[in-house]
Amino acid sequence: MLEVNEISRSFSGTRVLDDVSFAVRPGRMTGFVGANGAGKTTTMRIILGVLSADSGAVTLDGARLGESDRRRFGYMPEERGLYPKMKVAEQITYLARLHGLAPNAARRNTAELLERLGLTERAGDPVERLSLGNQQRAQIAAALVHDPEVLILDEPFSGLDPLAVETVQAVLKEYAGRGVPVLFSSHQLDIVERICDDLVIISAGSIRAAGEREALREAHSEPRFEILLDGDAGWIRDEPGVTVLDFDGGYALFDTDTDGAQRVLQHALARGPVASFAPHRPTLAQIFKEVIR
Amino acid sequence: MTTTGTTVSATAPNADPAGPAAPRGVVWLVAEREIISRLRSKAFLVSTGILLLAVLASVLVGGIVSGIDHSTKVAVVGSAASVVDKAEGLKGVEAADTSAAEKLVREKKVDAAVVPDESAATKVKVIALDSTPSDVMQALSVYPEVQLLKPAGQNPLLIYFVALGFGIVFFMSAMTFGQTIAQSVVEEKQTRVVEILLSTISARALMTGKVLGNSIMAFAQIAVMALLTTGGLLATGQKLLLANLGSSVVWFVVFFAIGFIMIAALYAATAALVSRQEDVGSATAPVMMLVLLPYILVIIFNNNPAVLAVMSYVPFSAPVGMPMRLFLGSAAWWEPLLSLVVLLATTAVVIALGSRIYSNSLLRTGAKVKLSDALKG
Repeated sequence: MLEVNEISRSFSGTRVLDDVSFAVRPGRMTGFVGANGAGKTTTMRIILGVLSADSGAVTLDGARLGESDRRRFGYMPEERGLYPKMKVAEQITYLARLHGLAPNAARRNTAELLERLGLTERAGDPVERLSLGNQQRAQIAAALVHDPEVLILDEPFSGLDPLAVETVQAVLKEYAGRGVPVLFSSHQLDIVERICDDLVIISAGSIRAAGEREALREAHSEPRFEILLDGDAGWIRDEPGVTVLDFDGGYALFDTDTDGAQRVLQHALARGPVASFAPHRPTLAQIFKEVIR
Repeated sequence: MTTTGTTVSATAPNADPAGPAAPRGVVWLVAEREIISRLRSKAFLVSTGILLLAVLASVLVGGIVSGIDHSTKVAVVGSAASVVDKAEGLKGVEAADTSAAEKLVREKKVDAAVVPDESAATKVKVIALDSTPSDVMQALSVYPEVQLLKPAGQNPLLIYFVALGFGIVFFMSAMTFGQTIAQSVVEEKQTRVVEILLSTISARALMTGKVLGNSIMAFAQIAVMALLTTGGLLATGQKLLLANLGSSVVWFVVFFAIGFIMIAALYAATAALVSRQEDVGSATAPVMMLVLLPYILVIIFNNNPAVLAVMSYVPFSAPVGMPMRLFLGSAAWWEPLLSLVVLLATTAVVIALGSRIYSNSLLRTGAKVKLSDALKG
């Protein structure tokens, strides 16, 4: 388990990270969300040792991280960059060697990864001649080529077309499946919502919420329900102890307690067929807006 | 590595046992990439080719010029031939008798004729057309032996050319390879690849690899030039000049190797302050002055012992100044060793400061990083 413990960091007097703590559990995809300037990139840079913390520490399985541990991390920085004039395969192999892989293993891993990411045909081209999307794939290959033990990805999905998002998502899930802790940040809350197991929400340098995605949704749920009837749902407004928030034909979104909800359901069934009835869970975007307020 | 601060300085209990060995391999990997990308650069290959051709051409031209026959042709008759043979700078042309020799003089086939004359004290007589042939007379003259109390040493023209040679080679190599390092540092910063590199290896390892790779290339270029010069001098029979240059060239190579590492570290550090190729020139200008100054000084003051003595100890000019003094024979045997120690110490300090500036500036993109900020971290 990768743990960030009470990290603080200031840049010329301004505190950008304040006592940041969270955990990235092995085998789970942890989404890291926050507005621009909230401190995501700074946190990731500190995890990677590219930047130092003023106080606090990053540990892996309880031990403080040293330089040789970080060589086994995979990192995709927000500011993308590869050598523009270096050939794709050569470059990925070089980075694998820097991570400590033997020449043969480096070449083999590079070939496999380029194949998976659909870049085999471009392996011999200089990076500068690839399209932006393909450059992005090459960047992902650079983060994964040494079979990292921990993956830290800053905005891995930005700039990818929907197909590439699927590919990358599958690759990352596969790594998580092998027991690798995966931390990724994203602005695209819908993607995060779809693929993450755990969530960390940061705002203005401090952690506002962290934990399992479903538990978070649960915690931020109001006693709110939605119902879809075949007939008109207008009568729900007249039920005692029920506040209708949204109403459209057979659909209604309403706040009430658990007993009130059961009463509404019984009345609805008495009136006719019920297409669906469920507690309403807030979307990630809603939780996000709520916790950073 | 300074940027990782407290978190890294604490050694992890589960640290890789192969850890300490790994950075050396990493430094070599970085150096190897630098070398390969230089060797693949057409600009580099072409400029190296031109430089080597220029060296070869200057050696060969020197050989041809010195090989041209400057001797004066004189007609000789009979026993006079032995007198002419002994004289330096004269070439005897056999003539049957005095009248035949006179004919050659009149036809201007020879500058003068030397004929036997039993009545003269020298036993020979010189026949010339309309004036006394001074070069012939000088060649035939006998001087008493001269003992100089203070020999002049080397020929001043030769001194100038040797100074120019040392100066230009150091200046050109330090500048071209220094600029190359500077550009490669900024390329990594500009393309942001540096962040991936720094998440994998330390800034110190990265800088060491770059300096090492480019130093190897610069050193190889100098070594090839030294070989070409030696080979060329031997092939064109200029053994005398070679013997004169000998040890000073060896010392030049030694001083160059260390001096270049120092210059390279300075180029890497100053280039790291900026984020765009357009700003490399202004950022590295102070370093270029340090390289340019010894070149100008050695050309102006190559015959001024006081200036040369100072130059031979100032680390930035020692690679030019000390070999120059060794060539002139004005340095005691221990002086290059002392100067080398000074140079080594300065290089160590420069590398320490340079890698601090380098690692503190790499992730600061945008405006030029202030030197004081880079040193503070």
